[in-house]
Amino acid sequence: MKTFNYHSAKDSKEAKKLSSSNSAFLAGGMTTIPSMKLGLATYKDIIDIKNIKKLSGISVSGKSIKIGATTKHTEVANSKEIKKTIPSLSSLAEGIGDPQVRNRGTIGGSIANNDPAADYPSACLALNAVIHTNERKIEASKFFKGMFETALKKGELIETVEFQIPEKSSYQKYPNPASRYAIVGVYVAKHKSGVNVAITGAKPCVYNDKDLAKALVSSFSSNSISGMEVNSSNMNSDIHASAEFRASLVVTQAKKAVEAC
Amino acid sequence: MASLVGSRVERKEDKRFLTGKGRYTADININNQTYAYFVRSPHARAKITKIDISKALKASGVVDVLTGEHIAKDKIGGLIAGWAIRSEDGSEMKCPPNPPLAKDNVNFVGDPIAVVFAESLEEAKAASELVNIDYKILKAVVNLSEAMKDDTIHKDIDKNLCYDWLLGDRQKVKEAFDKADKIIKLDITNNRLIPNAMEPRACVVDYNSASEEITCYTTSQNPHLSRLIMSAFGGVAPEHKLRVVAPDVGGGFGSKINLYNEEIVCSWASKKIERPIKWVAERTESFLTDTHGRDHITHAELAVTNDGKFLGFKNETIANLGAYARVFGTVTPTYLFGPCATGVYVMPAAYSNVKAVYTNTAPVDAYRGAGRPEATYTIERIVDKAAIELGMDPIEIRMKNFPTEFPFKQTLVHQIDSGDYVAGLKKAKEMADYDGFSARKKDSESKGKLRGIGVTTYFEACGIAPSPVVMMLGCGVGLWESAEVRFNPTGQVTVYTGSHSHGQSHQTTFAQIAADELGVPIENIDIVHGDTDKGTFGMGTYGSRSLTVGGIAIVNACKKIVDKGKRVAAKMLEASPDDVDFKNGEFVVANSNKKKTIGEVAFACYLPGVRDEVKSPLPEGEEPGLKESAFFDPANFSFPAGSHIAEVEIDPETGEVKLDRYTAVDDFGTIVNPTIVEGQVHGGLAQGIGQALTENAEYDETGQLITASYMDYTMPRADNLPEFNLGFTCTKATTNPLGVKGCGEAGSIGAPPTVMNAIINALDGQEIQMPATAEKVWRACKNLKKTKNKAA
Repeated sequence: MKTFNYHSAKDSKEAKKLSSSNSAFLAGGMTTIPSMKLGLATYKDIIDIKNIKKLSGISVSGKSIKIGATTKHTEVANSKEIKKTIPSLSSLAEGIGDPQVRNRGTIGGSIANNDPAADYPSACLALNAVIHTNERKIEASKFFKGMFETALKKGELIETVEFQIPEKSSYQKYPNPASRYAIVGVYVAKHKSGVNVAITGAKPCVYNDKDLAKALVSSFSSNSISGMEVNSSNMNSDIHASAEFRASLVVTQAKKAVEAC
Repeated sequence: MASLVGSRVERKEDKRFLTGKGRYTADININNQTYAYFVRSPHARAKITKIDISKALKASGVVDVLTGEHIAKDKIGGLIAGWAIRSEDGSEMKCPPNPPLAKDNVNFVGDPIAVVFAESLEEAKAASELVNIDYKILKAVVNLSEAMKDDTIHKDIDKNLCYDWLLGDRQKVKEAFDKADKIIKLDITNNRLIPNAMEPRACVVDYNSASEEITCYTTSQNPHLSRLIMSAFGGVAPEHKLRVVAPDVGGGFGSKINLYNEEIVCSWASKKIERPIKWVAERTESFLTDTHGRDHITHAELAVTNDGKFLGFKNETIANLGAYARVFGTVTPTYLFGPCATGVYVMPAAYSNVKAVYTNTAPVDAYRGAGRPEATYTIERIVDKAAIELGMDPIEIRMKNFPTEFPFKQTLVHQIDSGDYVAGLKKAKEMADYDGFSARKKDSESKGKLRGIGVTTYFEACGIAPSPVVMMLGCGVGLWESAEVRFNPTGQVTVYTGSHSHGQSHQTTFAQIAADELGVPIENIDIVHGDTDKGTFGMGTYGSRSLTVGGIAIVNACKKIVDKGKRVAAKMLEASPDDVDFKNGEFVVANSNKKKTIGEVAFACYLPGVRDEVKSPLPEGEEPGLKESAFFDPANFSFPAGSHIAEVEIDPETGEVKLDRYTAVDDFGTIVNPTIVEGQVHGGLAQGIGQALTENAEYDETGQLITASYMDYTMPRADNLPEFNLGFTCTKATTNPLGVKGCGEAGSIGAPPTVMNAIINALDGQEIQMPATAEKVWRACKNLKKTKNKAA
C-alpha cells in the first residue's frame, strides 16, 4: 500500500473541507482498503468519517426507516425495528460478506461504491430510497449511474439513507460461489403505489426490471412471472455465469422473492 | 499399560495451534533483516530484451537488487525434476533449464526475474516498480489439447513434449478389445487445481559470516531434501554449511514438496549481501507460483462383456506440466497415475499412455493424491458409464470385477498385499442406505428436484517403495525414512523423525507408537522434526508416507532400544539376555519377580558406574548411552482402499447441486488415532468435493491466470459439505510391523468420481466435466428437459 495522510473528521463539514480531488472518505473500508492494498486505488488523503456520530444509527417513522451512512451491516441485520418493519432489509444485511465484513462495512460505503454485485443498491431501488447527502436529497432511481458510478459529486457525503416501508418485500440472492457477492440478486417490494423488482449483479449497474414489475402489478404471484424471459443481451458475463444464465436467474430469483413475500 | 495405538489420544499440537502459539516461518524475525520483494513476469511468454536495475538500486532503503545475471555469474543452479521418465521409444524425457531468476526468457506469469532487498517491505515493493524490464512478448501456449501443435516454448523440446510414456501392453489390449461385446468410451478432463495452503510460502534466511553457515527457515514439507537440492544442484553452500528448518508449516498438500526459486535466491543472496533476508509470499503470489495440481485430458476405453466383465482398458492422457518440470512433476502423471488407472478390478489387459507437455502456465506438480485421484476418476467414471450402457447397477458391476484373493497382482505394476473390496463396498452400501435411495429420489422429485446417487471404489498406492524399485523407475533418491530415538538419563524420550508434519499431527501419532513400543508415558515423549541440524537425513512428508515409512522407522529404532535395554537389564539383573522379556516398559526375568523399568535401564546406560566402587551395569563392550537410529525402506507401497457413496439433490431451475449425503468406508489397515484419521478423511473429502463441484484454475488465452484470488477461485466451504458418514474396515498391511496404510489422500481420491457419478446419475447419464458448476448443471438440466419433452 502506498502511504497516505490519514484524517479523522469530526463532522460532515470538516469532512468536506478536507476532501480534494485526490482523497477518499473512509467508513468501514471494506472495499477501499483492499483496493489500496492491491494498488488498484491510491489516495493522498483518507478522510475517516467513522467518528462522526451523527452519521450512525437507525430511526423508524411511520412510513420510512432512516439509516445513518456509517451504520454497520451487523447493526442493520440485528435491528429489532428493521426486522419488524422491513425484515427483508435485515436479512439482506445478514447475507453480506462474512462476519468480519459485516462488523466493519457500512451501508453508506456500499451505496457510494455501487459495486455491480453489491446487495444494498437493489434495496435502495426496490424500497424507493432517498439518499440524503450533506448537500441534497437524491432519489435512488437517480442515484445509481453506472458501474461504480453514482450521482455523488466530489466531496459530497452520504449522511442517511431513507427507505420506504413496503407492504411486503423479499430479497433473494444467488451468490457467486467464490466471492459470495450476488451473481444475481432480486429485491421485490410491493408498495401501495406499485411493485418494484430491483436487480443487482446481472448488469453493470443495479436496475428496476419494468416488465417483471408490470406483470406483478396485475397479479402479485410467482405464476404471473413464471416462464417469462428477460433479455440477456446487455447482461454481465464472466467465468461464474454467462449472460444467458444470469437472465434465467433473474426470473427464478424473482419468483423465489415473490413466493417469500 | 493399555496400548495407545487405536485410541483417541488428544492432539499434542492442539494447545499450541489453538492458542496461537504456533511458530511459522513468517513469525521469525532476525535482527537487522532485510525484506525481499520479487519482480515477476507479467507475461506468460516473452523474451527479456533488457533489465535495468539502476533506478531501483538508488531508491530509498534499497540494499541490493539482484537478477539472473548475478545468479549466472555465481553459477547458482536451478530447479530440477526429481524423476527421470523414459518415453515409449526409450528416449530420455526432455526438461528445460529452470534458473532461480529468469535471465533470457520468461515462461509463465509470475516467473521471477529480479529481487529487491530493502530495509522495509514497503521500500522493497516500491523499488521493485523501478526495475525496468523490456520484453518481446511471444504467443503463449496455454491450451493443453493444442499444446503439441503450438509454438515450441523451450529450445530443443519438440512439440512441447517432455515424454510420451507407456505402461502396459498395447497388443494384449488390442486382443482383449477384439473379443469384447462392447467398448465403453469416455473423454474427461481432470480440472486444474491450486493447492491453497492456508499459510503462504515464506523463507527467512540468516547468514553467519564467521561460521559461513546459512540457516534457511522455510515452509517446506521436506527440509532435508531442500537442503540437498540447494547444495548439490544449486551450489548455494555445502550441506554442512547449510541448515534448513521447516518450523510449523500451515498446510502443504504437495505444493511445499518443491524447493522454490525464492528459497534458493534468498539463501544465496543472504551470503552475498551479508544480511538476513525475509520473504513472505502475498496470496496472489501463491496463486501464481505455487505448483498447481491435476490438469489432464483423458480418453479412456473399457472393453466389457455383455454381462459386465471387464476385458481390457486403455488410457490415453495428455498431462500438463506447466512451464517447467519440477520435483514430482514428471512422476505424478506416470507411475503415480498410470498403474492405478485400472482401479480395484481384475483387468486382463491394460495400458496407460501419457504425453506430458509444457505450457506457459505455472508448473504442475503433486497435489494431495498426486496421480491417484486422476487415475481413480478415470476408471470410476468409465465403470459407471459401463453400468449405464449395460443397464447394470453400479454396485453390481463393481462387485463382479473385484479381486477376491490377496495378494492381488494388479494389471500394470502393483502387487497388492491386502484388501477386501467386497466387504468395504457392502459396508458402504449399508451405511449409505443405498436401498432407500429410490424413496428419497421420489421425495426430491415431488419438490421439483432431481436426485442422484454415485458410487466409487478406489485403491491407492502410497508410501512409495522400495528404494531400489523407485530408483529403477527413475527416482533421483531413495524413498526410505529415518528415525532416531534418544533417551534422556532421567527417562524421557526424544524422537527425531525425517518426516515432516504440516497438519498431519505427527507429534501425537508418532508419540503414540513410541509410547507403545517403549512403555513410556506419552507425555514423556517429544517428537522433533523439520530441522536438518537436529535429525538425521530424512525424505519428508508427501504421498501418505509418514506413518507407513517414517512411523515404522521409529518403531524399528525403538526395537533397537529395547534390544540394548535387554542386554543391559540382563547384566543388571544377573540373568541371560535371552531370559529377559520386555513388556509395558519393564524388563522382566522369566519366571521371577526380578525386573528393571526402562527408565532405570536408561539411567544406568548414562551413569554406568557406582560411586566408590568399580562396577558397571553395562555388559562387556557395551557403549554407554541409550540412543538408536533406524532407516526403514518398506518392501512395497501400502495399498489403502475404500468405497464411497454420495447423494446429490439438484435444483434444475438454478443448477445448484446440494451434496446431501456422503458415506466413506475406508480401509487404512491398523488405525493409530481414529480422531486424527477422521480429520484426514474430512480434509481430503473437502478437497475432493472442491475439485468436483467448485475449484478450477483458469487461464485466459494469453496465459493470464483469471482465478488468481478468492474472489474467483472457488474454494469449497463448510456450507458446500454435508455431515460426513465415515466407516472403516481393516485388512492389515503385511509390509510393515504395525499393519498400517496411508490415509492422508484417500478423501481427495475417492470424492471426485463419487460426487460426479451422483450428479451424472441425477442427470440420467448426461456427461458433464468437473467442476460441476451451477451453470453447467443448469444447461444439462435444460437438455434433459428437451430430451424428455421429445420422448414424450
